[in-house]
Amino acid sequence: MISVSIQIASYLFASILFILSLGGLSSQESAKRGVWYGIAGMIIAILSTVLGPNISGHIYIVIAIAIASVIGILVARKVEMTSMPQLVAILHSFVGLAAVLVGFGSYLDPHTHQLTGAAHSIHLVEIFIGVFIGAITFTGSIIAWGKLEGRIRSKPLLYPGRHMVNILLVIVCIILGAVFAMATGTGGMVYLIIMTAIASFIGVMLVMAIGGADMPVVVSMLNSYSGWAAAAAGFMLGNDLLIVTGALVGSSGAILSIIMCEAMNRSFFSVIFGGFGNTPTGTTKEITGEATAIQHDEVTELLQNAKSVVIVPGYGMAVAKAQFPVYDMVDTLRKAGKEVRFGIHPVAGRLPGHMNVLLAEANVPYDIVLEMEEINDDLPETDVVLVIGANDIVNPGAEDDPASPIYGMPVIQVWNAKDVIVMKRSMATGYAGVQNPLFFKDNTHMLYGDAKASVDKINGYLKA
Amino acid sequence: MKVGIPKELQAGELRVGATPKTVKRLQKQGFEVLVEKDAGQNANYADHLYEEVGATIIPSKADLFQKADIILKVQAVNDDEVELMHKGQVSLSYLQPAQNQALLQKLADKGVNAIAMDAIPRISRAQKMDVLSSMANIAGYRAVIEAANLYGRFLNGQITAAGKVDPAKVLVIGAGVAGLAAIGAARSLGAIVRAFDTRMEVAEQIESMGASFLTVDIEEDGSTASGYSKVMSKAFIEAEMALFKEQAKEVDIIITTAQIPGRQAPKLVLDYHVAAMKPGSVIVDLAASTGGNCVLTKNGEVYQTDNGVYIVGKLDQLPSQASQLYGNNLCHLLDDMGKAENFKIDMEDDVVKRAMVTYNGAINWPPEPLPVSPQKPKVEVEEAPIVVPPSEAELSRKRTIRQFTTLAIIGALLYLLAMVAPSDFMQHFTVFVLSVFIGWQVIWNVSHSLHTPLMAVTNAISGIIIIGGLLQTSNNLSDPMTILAFIAILVASINIVGGFVVTHRMLKMFRK
Repeated sequence: MISVSIQIASYLFASILFILSLGGLSSQESAKRGVWYGIAGMIIAILSTVLGPNISGHIYIVIAIAIASVIGILVARKVEMTSMPQLVAILHSFVGLAAVLVGFGSYLDPHTHQLTGAAHSIHLVEIFIGVFIGAITFTGSIIAWGKLEGRIRSKPLLYPGRHMVNILLVIVCIILGAVFAMATGTGGMVYLIIMTAIASFIGVMLVMAIGGADMPVVVSMLNSYSGWAAAAAGFMLGNDLLIVTGALVGSSGAILSIIMCEAMNRSFFSVIFGGFGNTPTGTTKEITGEATAIQHDEVTELLQNAKSVVIVPGYGMAVAKAQFPVYDMVDTLRKAGKEVRFGIHPVAGRLPGHMNVLLAEANVPYDIVLEMEEINDDLPETDVVLVIGANDIVNPGAEDDPASPIYGMPVIQVWNAKDVIVMKRSMATGYAGVQNPLFFKDNTHMLYGDAKASVDKINGYLKA
Repeated sequence: MKVGIPKELQAGELRVGATPKTVKRLQKQGFEVLVEKDAGQNANYADHLYEEVGATIIPSKADLFQKADIILKVQAVNDDEVELMHKGQVSLSYLQPAQNQALLQKLADKGVNAIAMDAIPRISRAQKMDVLSSMANIAGYRAVIEAANLYGRFLNGQITAAGKVDPAKVLVIGAGVAGLAAIGAARSLGAIVRAFDTRMEVAEQIESMGASFLTVDIEEDGSTASGYSKVMSKAFIEAEMALFKEQAKEVDIIITTAQIPGRQAPKLVLDYHVAAMKPGSVIVDLAASTGGNCVLTKNGEVYQTDNGVYIVGKLDQLPSQASQLYGNNLCHLLDDMGKAENFKIDMEDDVVKRAMVTYNGAINWPPEPLPVSPQKPKVEVEEAPIVVPPSEAELSRKRTIRQFTTLAIIGALLYLLAMVAPSDFMQHFTVFVLSVFIGWQVIWNVSHSLHTPLMAVTNAISGIIIIGGLLQTSNNLSDPMTILAFIAILVASINIVGGFVVTHRMLKMFRK
């Protein structure tokens, strides 16, 4: 048993560790240390809670944590780096679920109803908000998971008047909240349940309306929600550690969403309220010329004659799990004295930083992995650019065609290089559903086929 | 359509209009290729090499000229060849149209549509067919090789057990394509290279090749709209000569590349410069054929002066390489003209209308001038509606006002909140707001590449909601609150453990 003061001190210490943990992510070197800070913070927080006053049912706590640890470790070890977005999404839903459960638990707690007056009302509002955010996070994350996993079609589900419906639902929730706050005892339970159902529905509709290309924004937004849900739980339990941690996570997710939206030159609201690429304004530029196909041996020859090569990966590389053969190729080329670098667009993939993780998994040293702004200046002096499974992020229409739905989005200007090779399964459009004039440029060559098979083939020629 | 490759007749011309490689390209463009017997022999392309790629070898020149629709040559056709040509035939070759009026007249009379490859305008679009550039590139490279051959020492500096060797010093005069190629070749052999040009704009190009740019103290830019340099003022030339005198004492190799089209090459290296040079030094004069940049140059000869300086007035053409590049230039031009299928002489085309020196029986020379400066033309400044940009002070004042308003609103809201909320809540709220600020500051520093680990770690940390479950557990498992808490602990723990493990796994993969 430890005293309340010591518990507060432990919480403060845990908070500091969490802040350091996030701060550590500013560089690769300190990041590993950061994770250990996080783990230490979490252990301190849990121990000081469990050992604190007014805690009972230790046996159940231990059982629950033990079961969960086994599941957690198994899942985390087994998951492939390419399906990282799905894992992150499903984990978000757990936080949402926990927030809902804690909210209900708090409402059932007899202590809650010993409060009177404003304190009681405020507490009920806290519960209400906590459950509301938690429920949206829960169902939204499940839908996001389904979309990323490919179980739910990634095309946005849009119906006329959906904004009105959503606003109406929110208003209904606010009214329910007012009624709930005035109810005495556990009499408000029914309102709480109705609201949970409505919030769950909102969560579903919110994510259903968002297209596949906007997934990075959605995932970071849900990340943010899961933080706010934890903070709300902190308010209802009067627990500062929960508030601090929740606020940290909440603002982190919010910043990520902003960064992602900036990278796509879209306002946060237009992403959230969906409908991307389906309503192009005006007629897009007529695309002239034809796409020229190239064969693997010709690609190999181009690579062998090149001095500098830049690789621009996209979601297609993740789908084909081509990161390993790609690194194999990079290694061969680097040993042959060529300068090989990667250019990463901020929204490449389905998760912020997704490409970096995949490349890291394949052992690509991170000092040859550059950001869009860094690589764009060097592209005019680059001999060959390999675009692997990327489409919208290398679309010149984003710069010169005001009618293009992605006009204004910063893109990697691969067409400035001497030769561009685009690896693609077919001539289909990208997630944004926009035709890509890049494919029809004179210096662009199309290499059709599965990215992994293609790179394997090129590796064969390179080593022959 | 048939393309004919005749054997070059001019003495000393070793190149040929197409190599087996470019024949392949021509065939891809849809042409049938006829090659005169032994056409490529001097450039080391034997007849069987052409046959292997599918060209037809024609033993007789007359036959070839009769069958072919397009003739690809290096040197201008001579009078005998013109006799063999027929109306409507297209020929691609060097023609020196400015000096060859008589030949142009003959070609026009015959009805031949002759393209002078040396008259291709030097604009960006036509770079791929610019034979002057591709040949100058070879000349620049070869000039260094020639000089290195005659110069009896290493070009690079070395420190060996047998003693120290100083690097050779090379001066390149004129930094056109040939000059830049010479700089590159000399640099890669390890020499110290300086370069001089009257056009200030090439300083950057010279430096990018690794040479130092020499200037005189007089501010005068020799650039012209044509891309070639103009004749400089007397004062400038005097300063230039003084500079060369200084340099001549010091450098081991001088390579001159200054040429002005249609005129005698400027005399830049004078007798007293040569006299100042060390014995064993080398001068390679790439302008020898137009009179030479050095007064002592003898065109077509390599000799040593009385004070032991080699002066090179002739260069090997590297015929095999030169034919390949020249052939490629021709292919590019034919490509532009529509290949075999849509072959068309488009007299509206900027390139074709200038290079086609005879067309439909008439002489089409000289062409209208075309500025081809490598510099961007000065853009006319458009009359924009005058908008006075708000001054810095005004902006700052506006910003201050906006910030004050925001803060006032926030303050008022906080006050309202405090009116109803209990002090307990206000304390938590303080913690909350400050944490948001901290989070905001900390997260902006996170590196882009670590966004996925960031999400995973924040995910694990948001599992802190487990504390809610912990606080609600009781010993009584039939209590609904405990059941809810149990599940909450379960899912939150999966989150914590899974999140941390996966983050750790990811970070382990990042390596430098």
